[in-house]
Amino acid sequence: MPENDAQDFIKALPFARALGMRLDQIGEGHAQLSMDWDARFVGDPATGVIHGGAVSALMDTCGGAAVLSYPGALGTATIDLRIDYMRAATPGQRITARAECYHVTRRVAFVRATAHDEDSANPVATASGAFTFDRKEQP
Amino acid sequence: MKAPEPVQRLKHRRDSALSTLVGAVPYAGFLGIQFERHGDELTAILPYSEMLIGNPILPALHGGVIASFLEVTAIIELSWAMLWDELESGRLTPEAMADNLPRLPKTIDFTVDYLRTGLPRDAYARARVNRSGRRYASVHVEAWQDNRARLFAQATGHFLMPQRKDD
Repeated sequence: MPENDAQDFIKALPFARALGMRLDQIGEGHAQLSMDWDARFVGDPATGVIHGGAVSALMDTCGGAAVLSYPGALGTATIDLRIDYMRAATPGQRITARAECYHVTRRVAFVRATAHDEDSANPVATASGAFTFDRKEQP
Repeated sequence: MKAPEPVQRLKHRRDSALSTLVGAVPYAGFLGIQFERHGDELTAILPYSEMLIGNPILPALHGGVIASFLEVTAIIELSWAMLWDELESGRLTPEAMADNLPRLPKTIDFTVDYLRTGLPRDAYARARVNRSGRRYASVHVEAWQDNRARLFAQATGHFLMPQRKDD
């Protein structure tokens, strides 16, 4: 989908807007989204580390965007998503997620995603999931 | 035998410990998550708000909201179970807890099954600690909206327990 439409798509999702998500890149089954650290999203007040659920929301949205950018996609919904948390995201740093829709069948899209903070060499979390794949009209 | 604690004092003590625990998590407040307690059993409540929508056309709750709701429920349940004995024995008081917040379990992994569309209305969740060792715990969470038997999402997660002082 064209860049502006994609940006509008993210802005049209109330919860993506609430978390301040920004679409950085999208196309051909790949997407990159990012969000700022925010005190309201903290999970453990003792450390200031952002809640896993907020990272999960970013990865889920990024996965959905990757599926929608796959040629022929019309709509999608998450079937399941597993997140592995490798380390705590550093408080104050922006979190970026990259997702790849690496295979689609007639009705299912398979996605993997990685999230990192400003240290892009060490992932904060990885995810893998299955999404529904609603196609444009079949011939 | 020692006389039992007057019921009002007991409820107040448990409720203030729970509200201290939940109130300390900013993200739970951001989502508007509340907890109800019956004895030691907790039910998490996510009151509907427009901000929680992911797909405005259906409309449906955002998958990330559902995952967040389930993960918050799992962590609070696990922390509550971890603190319960200390709170009941009086070794830990709600006041001491508020002054020195307990360290929370850390999520190792979390897997969410989206069973049905999350409707634009209140959601409820309960977590069950299937195993809790000194270091690792496994927790299952179920979430529903109108009917307890019709789950709209469930999740399983593994957690690293905080190291206690006596370790």
